[in-house]
Amino acid sequence: MVVQSTAEAITYPAVGAELDIEGVSHAFDIDGATLPVLDNVNLSIAPGEFVALLGPSGCGKSTLLRLVAGLEKPRAGSLREDEARITGPHPSRVVVFQDPTLFPWRTVWDNVALGLEAQGILKAQRHRVDAVIELVGLSSFRNAYPHQLSGGMAQRVALARALVNDPKILVLDEPLGKLDSLTRIAMQSELVALWQRKGFTTLLVTHDVEEALVLANRVIVLSDRPARIKADIAVGRPYPRHRGDPYLAELRKQILGLLGLEATW
Amino acid sequence: MSTYSVSDATAAAAPRAAITFADLSGSYGVGLAASLAWLAFGLSCLYWPDVGDWSRTGSLGIGAIVIAAFILFGTFSADYLGNAGQALRKRAPWLVAFGAFVTLWEVATAKFAWLPLPFFPPPQAILEVYTDDLPKLLDSVFASIKLQLGGYVIGATVGFITGVSIGWSQKIGYWVHPVLRFIGPLPATAWLPIAFFTFPSSWSASTFLIALATGFPVTVLTWSGVASVSSAYYDVARTLGARPSFLVLKVAIPAALPHVFVGLFMGLGSSFAVLVVAEMIGVKAGLGWYLQWAQGWAAYANMYAALIVMSLLCSGAITLLFRTRDRLLVWQKGVVKW
Ligand SMILES: Nc1ncnc2c1ncn2[C@@H]1O[C@H](COP(=O)(O)OP(=O)(O)OP(=O)(O)O)[C@@H](O)[C@H]1O
Ligand SMILES: [Mg+2]
Repeated sequence: MVVQSTAEAITYPAVGAELDIEGVSHAFDIDGATLPVLDNVNLSIAPGEFVALLGPSGCGKSTLLRLVAGLEKPRAGSLREDEARITGPHPSRVVVFQDPTLFPWRTVWDNVALGLEAQGILKAQRHRVDAVIELVGLSSFRNAYPHQLSGGMAQRVALARALVNDPKILVLDEPLGKLDSLTRIAMQSELVALWQRKGFTTLLVTHDVEEALVLANRVIVLSDRPARIKADIAVGRPYPRHRGDPYLAELRKQILGLLGLEATW
Repeated sequence: MSTYSVSDATAAAAPRAAITFADLSGSYGVGLAASLAWLAFGLSCLYWPDVGDWSRTGSLGIGAIVIAAFILFGTFSADYLGNAGQALRKRAPWLVAFGAFVTLWEVATAKFAWLPLPFFPPPQAILEVYTDDLPKLLDSVFASIKLQLGGYVIGATVGFITGVSIGWSQKIGYWVHPVLRFIGPLPATAWLPIAFFTFPSSWSASTFLIALATGFPVTVLTWSGVASVSSAYYDVARTLGARPSFLVLKVAIPAALPHVFVGLFMGLGSSFAVLVVAEMIGVKAGLGWYLQWAQGWAAYANMYAALIVMSLLCSGAITLLFRTRDRLLVWQKGVVKW
């Protein structure tokens, strides 16, 4: 079943890349048995679009993101960025992983600078590191080591480490999962503002239906493992959005129904 | 005073005008006891006649009394001496114990010979070695340091590079791993007889053996450190555009560094053993050789003196290694303090 709502025409800045996922299936071998994780996933994301992925835990969302990042090759199907097949990782597609995975031997500043350093352009671009640390509100912790940070601060550092690279596609795996609800709301507005300003294509995995509706142009609902696309819902509301919007409440009810949680909304 | 700590604050808050009885039984009391212990040592040197013929008894006794005076002075002015005062206060119980120990040692050897001479020389005999045999002892110290340092640096460097290579590349691991398993567990001293006649000089043979003893633990631990780096770090670095050289130098090596230091520590221990044996058997210099030589002359005081120096050097080397580690691994929490 594919639910389609009426979408308003939205124009996107030109920085983002187009992402095409065509007939992608993937599986893991565990103890000789094959565990199918993705089943014929087809998804086309326009340049600059903000797409949210919703699905039950363990259905294969992070796996799909690893394929988009180029860290793994799909068993079947293909992924393309601006018509070019994805064969490996590239800094134009940056991932913020579910776990912040900061390098414990580097300070906050050095962690954020990682991408520029790896690409050999840090010397000329140091101001970008400072600016993005300012953006996530961690200027006073620039010289702290990861073990001195709270879980939420670590996730903000991970976000900054991705943003500093000016990606064409930003891939986010529950990046706000560990934040308290106030910081979370603030970071959501920050993310939308940033996305509108920079125009990168965004693919966001989240467990939070409301978060998906406040942030995304489109919400993709995945089935249980192996993940299939269950619904592709356009969210036709301008930004900034209001949590109390009855249109969003109606969509939320619909999505919770798709996830088998009718009773809880 | 630029540094300000909690103990300064409490010291400043306490009234200083009079030293009360409570002070005497508290922090001042321990300092006083330490002073008395050293005074007892000094007096025990001077009061009874020696049972043997030692030339430094008088100076040792006076020295001990001077130390006692310093401890006394330090105890009552610790509040005004800053860090040195605090350090003295912290070590006062040890000064009591050590003062009592040397007093007992003095009495049991030089004065009443409860312990058999010459196997248990008195403190003044050891002092005599440090004053009269200093040049030879210093020569030995330098020879030992030179040999140990050369072998250790070579072994640690080769071990580190080998460990990183086999941790990173399966192809290199395929060839090096069996060799490592065959040669590594062999105690380096087992090579001694062969090394001493295949190498051009006993010095190069010993350097090789020390390097071997250091290299094995460094290799194995570096290897296991590199192999156990979480793949999540590589994933992050690769998505940010890292090339293989970056992954090795900026991800694998820093992540493995805590393991590497364990290897360096173990290598230091086993290389000390090789150093001493090599000096005793082949090299005609160094503290191991000094010990051997002293034994030949039944110069027991010299042996104890050399042993004390050796212990200070080994401990100093380990302290240096741990300091370096603490400096490099500030990002780790809860590291053991040496
Ligand atoms: N490297 C791997 N080897 C074997 N199985 C794996 C591997 N990675 C993931 N899986 C399996 O694939 C399935 C999907 O995992 P994935 O991490 O994509 O789930 P998810 O949708 O992100 O879940 P969550 O919302 O809890 O993060 C899980 O059942 C997991 O056990
Ligand atoms: Mg996941």
